Amino acid sequence: MSNAKKKVSADDALRMFRQMVRIRTFENNANQLYLSAKMPGLTHMYSGEEAVAVGICEALLPTDKITSTHRGHGHCVAKGADFKAMFCELLGKEEGYCRGKGGSMHIADQSNGNLGANAIVGGSLGIATGAALTSKLKKTGDVAVCFFGDGATAQGLMYEVMNMAALWKLPVIYACENNGYSEYTKTEEIAAGSITARAEAFGIESHQVDGQDVIAVNELSRKLVERARNGEGPFFLELMTYRYHGHHVGDINREYYRAKSEEQDWRENRDPIIRMRAWLIENKYATEAALDELSKEVTEDAEAAVAYALEAPYPDVSEVDMHVYTDVEHVLA
Amino acid sequence: MRKITLSKAVNEALAEEMRHDETVIILGEDVAEAGTPFKVLSGLVEEFGTERVIDTPISEPGFMGIGVGAAMTGMRPVVDLMFGDFIFLIMDQLCNQAAKTHYMSGGKLNVPLVLRTNMGATRRSAAQHSQSLHAIVAHIPGLKVAMPSSAYEAKGLLKTAIRDDNPVVIFEDKLMYQDSAEVPEEEYSIPFGEACIKREGTDITLIGTSSMVQVCEKAAELLQAEGISAEVIDPRTIVPLDEKTLVASAKKTGRVIVVDEGHQSFGVTSEIASRINEQAFYYLDAPTTRIGAMDVPIPFSPALEDITVPTPERVFEQAKKLVSGELIDAA
Repeated sequence: MSNAKKKVSADDALRMFRQMVRIRTFENNANQLYLSAKMPGLTHMYSGEEAVAVGICEALLPTDKITSTHRGHGHCVAKGADFKAMFCELLGKEEGYCRGKGGSMHIADQSNGNLGANAIVGGSLGIATGAALTSKLKKTGDVAVCFFGDGATAQGLMYEVMNMAALWKLPVIYACENNGYSEYTKTEEIAAGSITARAEAFGIESHQVDGQDVIAVNELSRKLVERARNGEGPFFLELMTYRYHGHHVGDINREYYRAKSEEQDWRENRDPIIRMRAWLIENKYATEAALDELSKEVTEDAEAAVAYALEAPYPDVSEVDMHVYTDVEHVLA
Repeated sequence: MRKITLSKAVNEALAEEMRHDETVIILGEDVAEAGTPFKVLSGLVEEFGTERVIDTPISEPGFMGIGVGAAMTGMRPVVDLMFGDFIFLIMDQLCNQAAKTHYMSGGKLNVPLVLRTNMGATRRSAAQHSQSLHAIVAHIPGLKVAMPSSAYEAKGLLKTAIRDDNPVVIFEDKLMYQDSAEVPEEEYSIPFGEACIKREGTDITLIGTSSMVQVCEKAAELLQAEGISAEVIDPRTIVPLDEKTLVASAKKTGRVIVVDEGHQSFGVTSEIASRINEQAFYYLDAPTTRIGAMDVPIPFSPALEDITVPTPERVFEQAKKLVSGELIDAA
C-alpha cells in the first residue's frame, strides 16, 4: 500500500474501505441470485477490481460524470448508488434504477452523475468524451471519467475520441481497467505494444497504477481530477487489476484460459480489501472489531435489499411501450 | 412570398435555433470555415464561432459518440454527417446508444440530438455516395426520421428536430440543395407526424417522400392530361408516420402508389403499402403498389444510374394501369 497516511484522513480511508466492502458484498449477493436462478439473464462480477472504481469515484464530486461498462456494478456503487434500486434493477423490477428496462448491463443513475453502463465494449468512450465537451462549453467544471476494460482498447472508437479530447483539451479521464483478460482471452494476445503508449501517441499524459491499492488510485485520481478541472486534461490511466470471477457468472470452467493458482494468488496476496484492512489497522485508523462490525452492517444492508427486491413488483406490462420517446407516453397506443 | 434554396433554408433554421438556444452546437467534418462541401453551413462559424460550429477529424463514430454524450448532459448537438452513406460507420452510436438511452434508463436520460445527413442518387457519385438509407434507421425504435421535400419543409422540420428531446435523423436530398421554394420570412416550424396533402385528387393516391414528392407531382400533371385525378401526399416524417392521413386518402381514392428513393425491398414503400392494405383493404379497387430504387448498388454510369431511381414516367404508367384495372406486373 502507498505510504500516504498523512494525505488520507481516517474518514476518507474508512469511507473507501466501506465502499469496497459494499461492492464485494453486492457482487456476492448478485452471484448468489444467479446461482439460485432468481435473477434473469447473466451478469458480470466486479469482485477483485473494487479499488479502481472506489479510488477514482472518491476523487469525484456527485456532479462529475462517469460512464460504465457491462462489468459496471462497482462503478455504480462507488458513484453513490443505493442497493435497493440496484438489486431491483438486476431483477427487472419496477423500482429499479431504470424501471427494470436496463438490467445489470445498463444501470444508469443520473442523480449521481452515472450516465450508464454500456453493453457494447468501448461503447461509452464517445459518451464520456461528449460529457466532457458539455463541461467545457458550459464551463460547469465537471470532469468526466470513462471506465473501460483492456478489451476496449481494441475498438477504433477509442482512438477517434482520444484524438478529439486531446485536440480540444477536454476534462475527461480515460480509466482503462486492465484485468488481464479480454473476455476469455489473455490481454497480451489481443493488445500489441503498451496500453499507455496508445494515449501518449496523442500527447495525453498517461499513468500506470496498481489497481489493487485504493490509496494509490485515489491519490493519483485526486491530482488528475483537479488538473482536469483546471483545463489540463485529458488524462489516461491504466489500472492493473484482476477479476476474480469469469467473464460472466456463467463462465465457471475457465482453466482453459487461466489457472486456478493464478486466481488464488490474486485473491490471497493482492486483494484490495484485505490490503486496505491491514493498512487501516496498521495505521490505527480502525480496530479489527470496528471493521468486522462495518462488514456486518454492509452484509445486513445488502441482504435486506435483496429480500426487498425479490418481493418488489415487476413493472406493469403497460410499461413496455413507454420511454421509447420522451414526448409519447405509449408509442404503440 | 420570397423564394430561397433548400440550402439557405437549412442554414436559416440552424442560425435561428442557435440564436434562441446557446446549447445548440454543430459538430462534423468541414462544417466551420468550409461550410460543408455543399456550402449549406456557410456563414455560421462567422456568427457563432468555432466553439459552437466545431470542425471534427474524419472520425464519424467518434464525433457521433461525442454528440450523444454532449446531448445526454445538456447540449443540443446537430451532428453533420457529410454523406448519408456514412451512416453505416456510426450505426453503433446511433442505433445502440442514441436510440436506446431513454428507454434503457427507464426514461431518466434524454438524447436531444439531430443527425443531419443526405440521400439521393443521380449525382454520378457511385455506390458509396448515393444511397438513401432512411429505412434502415426508421427500423430502429427510439429514432425519429424526417424527410423534407422542399426548402419550406427543410426549414420547418429542422427547427422542430432541434427542439425535440429525442434523437432525430433528418435526410436532405443532396440534389435539391439549390432548388428554391417559397419560405416565409417569419419563423415557423412544422410538427412531426403530420403529412401534407400537396395536391388533392379523387382517382388515385401517390405517396412520395423527399424528392419523390416532386416525382409524384410531375406524374400527377401527366395523369391530369389523361383525365385522371391524382392526390399527392408527403408524409414529411416517416417516424412518426401520419398513418391517418395516408389511410384516409387511400379509402377516398381506392388506389395507391408509394414512391420512395430507398431500395424497394424491405423499405419505406413496403411499410406504407402494408399499413394501407391492413387498414383500407376493403376500400381498395386495386393492389397498393410500390416504386422504390432498384435493388442494386447505385452504378456510376449515367446510362445505368438513371434507370435505378423512380421517375415521373414510371409513376404515370403505373398509375394508368391501376386506374384502368390492368393487371400489374410485380415491380
